[in-house]
Amino acid sequence: MTAIDPTAHLTAEQIEELGRELDAIRDEVIAGRGEKDAAYIRKVISAQRKLELVSRGVLLFSFFPPAWLLGTAGLSVAKIMDNMEIGHNILHGQWDWMRDPKIHSTTWEWDHVSPSDQWKHSHNELHHTYTNVIGKDNDLGYGIMRVDEDQKWHPFHLGQPLWNFINACFFEYGIAAYDLELGKNLHKRRRKNPEFRARARAVGRKIRKQVLKDYVIHPLLSGPSFLPTLAATFTANLVRNIWTHSVIMCGHFPEGVQVFERRSIKGETRGQWYLRQMMGSANISGSKAMHFMTGNLSHQIEHHLFPDLPSNRYAEVAVKVRALFEKYELEYVTGPLPKQVFSAWHKVFRLSLPNKKPKVKTPDREQELVAA
Amino acid sequence: MVTTPLLPSDYLDLVSPLRAGADLRGRIEAVHPETGDAATIVIRPGRGWRGHTAGQYVRIGVDVDGVRLWRAYSLTSPTNRHRQDGRVTITVKAIPDGKVSNHLVRRAKPGTLIQLDHPTGDFVLPQAKPAKVLYLTAGSGITPVMGMLRDTEFDDVVMVHCAPQPQDVIFRDELHDLVADKKLRLTEVHTDTDGMLDIARLDELVPDWAERETWACGPAGLLDAAEEHWTAHGVQERLHTERFRPSIVVAGDGGEVTFSTTGRTVDADGATPLLDVGEEAGVLMPSGCRMGICFGCVSPLKAGAVRDLRTGEITEAEPGVLIQTCVSAAAGPCDIER
Repeated sequence: MTAIDPTAHLTAEQIEELGRELDAIRDEVIAGRGEKDAAYIRKVISAQRKLELVSRGVLLFSFFPPAWLLGTAGLSVAKIMDNMEIGHNILHGQWDWMRDPKIHSTTWEWDHVSPSDQWKHSHNELHHTYTNVIGKDNDLGYGIMRVDEDQKWHPFHLGQPLWNFINACFFEYGIAAYDLELGKNLHKRRRKNPEFRARARAVGRKIRKQVLKDYVIHPLLSGPSFLPTLAATFTANLVRNIWTHSVIMCGHFPEGVQVFERRSIKGETRGQWYLRQMMGSANISGSKAMHFMTGNLSHQIEHHLFPDLPSNRYAEVAVKVRALFEKYELEYVTGPLPKQVFSAWHKVFRLSLPNKKPKVKTPDREQELVAA
Repeated sequence: MVTTPLLPSDYLDLVSPLRAGADLRGRIEAVHPETGDAATIVIRPGRGWRGHTAGQYVRIGVDVDGVRLWRAYSLTSPTNRHRQDGRVTITVKAIPDGKVSNHLVRRAKPGTLIQLDHPTGDFVLPQAKPAKVLYLTAGSGITPVMGMLRDTEFDDVVMVHCAPQPQDVIFRDELHDLVADKKLRLTEVHTDTDGMLDIARLDELVPDWAERETWACGPAGLLDAAEEHWTAHGVQERLHTERFRPSIVVAGDGGEVTFSTTGRTVDADGATPLLDVGEEAGVLMPSGCRMGICFGCVSPLKAGAVRDLRTGEITEAEPGVLIQTCVSAAAGPCDIER
């Protein structure tokens, strides 16, 4: 967090005006949603399924190295598409307006060990509502890291570069544990809570199915290619995990992103909520293909402003949103992927140590926070 | 197991959406204009199609501007056509502001996939052939009757059909052919010139109407009048009617409606059926006849109260209470478990 509130120059009236302008952008997209958008998501889903089938087919012959390479690359991309452009966005309800029960947030399940209903709760309800509010939004360091000076340092954080690396490699398991709130629920008292146990069993079932498919059935079907296929599915999961972890780190951890105090969101207006999303998120710049592979989470700012607009519209929305940032003299945090990933990792390393100077909270600063 | 978290059918749907065992769908194969605002849609249903009885309707789910909308239309093909060439037809009249009917009549393209339900409806002919038959129809009310006419021949059939002008009569050429073959006696009432049909005129148009087994389909005004007339003459058991719309009489104050499974909350007025409110909000609402008959739309009412739009009756939430969302509107804040 910067010492100065970057929104201090805005009056309450301006913030509400900003909110109205953002509402207008949203309304315009909603009014224009239609056949082309529906065709888009159906095409992506169909392409993902075909790519996954073909890749898994090619991997049946994975003892042949070019087949291994091709199949692994294809399966990695298919898994990334499933999780990002398809799964994440459908589970946000971005496509519910189509009223197609096959493409709906309440029926969709993804290629991921966290069952979609648990992920929807921790992600849609908690993270998207309390974005970057310390103590409320567990996405700020996922409960294992310190990603802002205002988070309290603990010797445990010395290891956070390592924790972050392990989390990146096994990100889907990290997310499942996170959605279960394992840190909190493994306490003796809570462990026996029947609601927690039911959720834990659901995760167990999902993990079993995923593992069976990727690490038993598919390799077995490959016969003599058992081991290469096993290595391929493991690699594809690893690639997907590291990729999604990197993209998601870029959403809220890079330098320049603001965090907020619990008190600051009390009685928050629509305009103030929008402003918090604008200041609490960061984008990734790049090509169309890059945006697609991030599930358009490269438009993180736009996604946080309008989590349920169809992802294929974020690019056009971004132009208008960016103009508002300029109009209201706010910093639009964005950069190419390597730069943003470096920035986020740099923070993870830097904040593994205690703050250099003890932080003194002045009354002035508290007022700023309340205003934010 | 191999395809988790998807099902094998999710992959098979990519190549063979009409196969046996798939969700029931159909493919539009042709669209034939009938009048200026009506068209017959030729559909090849999927392998799971069970066939229909003349006079029944089918619910179809059509994507209009990317949004799946469900409506019911009468089947107009004879029941044996599906066995012969694998196709069925529905005939649709575009109604003002009708999203689905206008789409089907004016914009539907051959090759388009649509969702289907199995045919249903009890506006059908009896097993035993009645000696004398009267068909009393108006506007698109002719469609289920055309399904019957094409399916079953009777010795003595009279039809009284109302339409604004001659060119608005759907299937007019075919009807006139039947008349020429002496298979049908037809009276067309052109309401633009003749005025609305006064039900008392039946004595003059069809003197033996009370002896005839009658099937009537058309706007609520006509059907209400017919029911009254047949009842007054004590022959109501000979009258069979089919309504396309529920008769909504009562509305009250609305309220905030929560769809707790999907996690949406919207404001609803006291006149809009909760089915429409939910669909508009992107909630997956089960639906059926949309007129309070089939109970295909029932949903649990978790909290609050709803009003039955047909009677004004209020239903309050209790464990296990199910409501028909197609004919219920919010009566204050309520929570529907969808």
